[in-house]
Amino acid sequence: MIEMQDVNKWYGSYHALVNIRETVAAGEVVVVCGPSGSGKSTLIRTLNRLEPIQGGRILVDGQDIHAAGTDVNAFRSRIGFVFQQFNLFPHLTVLGNCTLAPMQLRGLTRAQAEERAMALLDRVGLAGKAHAWPSELSGGQQQRVAIARALAMQPPLMLFDEPTSALDPEMVGEVLLVMRDLAEDGMTMVCVTHEMGFAREVADRIFFMDQGRVLERAVPDDFFNRPQHPRTRQFLADIRSPFARES
Amino acid sequence: MLEIIQTYWLYFLVGQYPNGPLGGLVLTVLLASCALVLALPLGIAFGLARLSPWRWLRWPVTALVYVVRGIPLLMVVFWAYFFLPSVTGVKTDQFSTMLIALVVFDAAYLAEIVRAGVQGLPRGQAEAARALGLDYTRTMRLVLLPQALRSMLPSLVNQFVSTIKETSLGYIIGLAEVSFITTQINTQVFTRPAEVYGILGLTYFLMCFGLSRAAFWLERRLARRTVPSTTARAAKEVSA
Repeated sequence: MIEMQDVNKWYGSYHALVNIRETVAAGEVVVVCGPSGSGKSTLIRTLNRLEPIQGGRILVDGQDIHAAGTDVNAFRSRIGFVFQQFNLFPHLTVLGNCTLAPMQLRGLTRAQAEERAMALLDRVGLAGKAHAWPSELSGGQQQRVAIARALAMQPPLMLFDEPTSALDPEMVGEVLLVMRDLAEDGMTMVCVTHEMGFAREVADRIFFMDQGRVLERAVPDDFFNRPQHPRTRQFLADIRSPFARES
Repeated sequence: MLEIIQTYWLYFLVGQYPNGPLGGLVLTVLLASCALVLALPLGIAFGLARLSPWRWLRWPVTALVYVVRGIPLLMVVFWAYFFLPSVTGVKTDQFSTMLIALVVFDAAYLAEIVRAGVQGLPRGQAEAARALGLDYTRTMRLVLLPQALRSMLPSLVNQFVSTIKETSLGYIIGLAEVSFITTQINTQVFTRPAEVYGILGLTYFLMCFGLSRAAFWLERRLARRTVPSTTARAAKEVSA
């Protein structure tokens, strides 16, 4: 479904993505992890062209999405994107957030769009909040609405950019449960996350990134129990026992 | 003072109307209202042009904004009064002249308010809209502008209050608005300028104060529906 062919990206002279050559199959759940500044968010943002690339190609369903003639709005409407900061539209209700794009871009009537939105809000457990304003919701609830908003376009692919990093700890679980539910439904997903429990349980494969490179790609069992790259081993040791280096 | 008001209130209110052209306070209010109604859409259009990704649209408007900001309104009035007719060949009356000057002047300032309002929104708003597949125009119209206009409200009102006061410059080109009329009254009464101009000052103050209060009320109403401030959101998260 996604094919990254020698993708390179620079911010000025800083080489942010180095020769990325990866594929994601339809129905696959890929978790991208790695230390801060390793290029995880940059990578996922190139997948719907929120960030431009300077070298290589990215094919989504065979379409070169960074090519000059590509209709960027058409392919973006088929890729759901969930942000770290939720980015709900504060001037619209929860329902308004979920119906805006389907009505504008899919030609749905308000009734059709609202019916679809209500079904999705029900799925993320927030049907009762349909007429609330985003500012009246907790962070976890806002992020679940953001997921419903993305799903309302019925995308075959969902991208998650650190969806739980801005949440208080007790709200992380409710968002991860929605994501797991999606994964079990067969959604193709790429998730940048620090939630190793989620990676272990839900991911089909894990990409480990450092300094703009994907250093390791493995199924969760191999990744956690038999990491190949020394940098991966260091990373796993650091997150398991953060105080170990002190002595 | 009461005696002045008793004698001149009608002249103050409408000028020589119905025996002559409309003037006085009614003309001032009419001029200010027309200027507001025309300047706001033009200001939004200019503001969007300033933000536009297309240079051919951005550069002329940017130039206009800088020129207007760099000269006093009086110069714009003179320009519209003396220069414009010699170019177009059409002699505009004082009211239209003043209206054109006010609309151009205020639209340039409003453009900067609109630009700042849109640019002040979190970057994630535009990104979220674009990520859903909405194009630039829809993102602006449906997501950014409605939010920006709300946060811009105090600045907009500020500009509108200025517009009301700026109508008094019509005096210079002989437009019979309320300041001009008051000067005439003062000439007739002759001995009590403090009171005559006191009434004029109070009149302007009441109009501007009324507009400010109305805007404050509207602002609070909008704020009750949506709470965009981060402190309110943080408070909510703590309590949730």
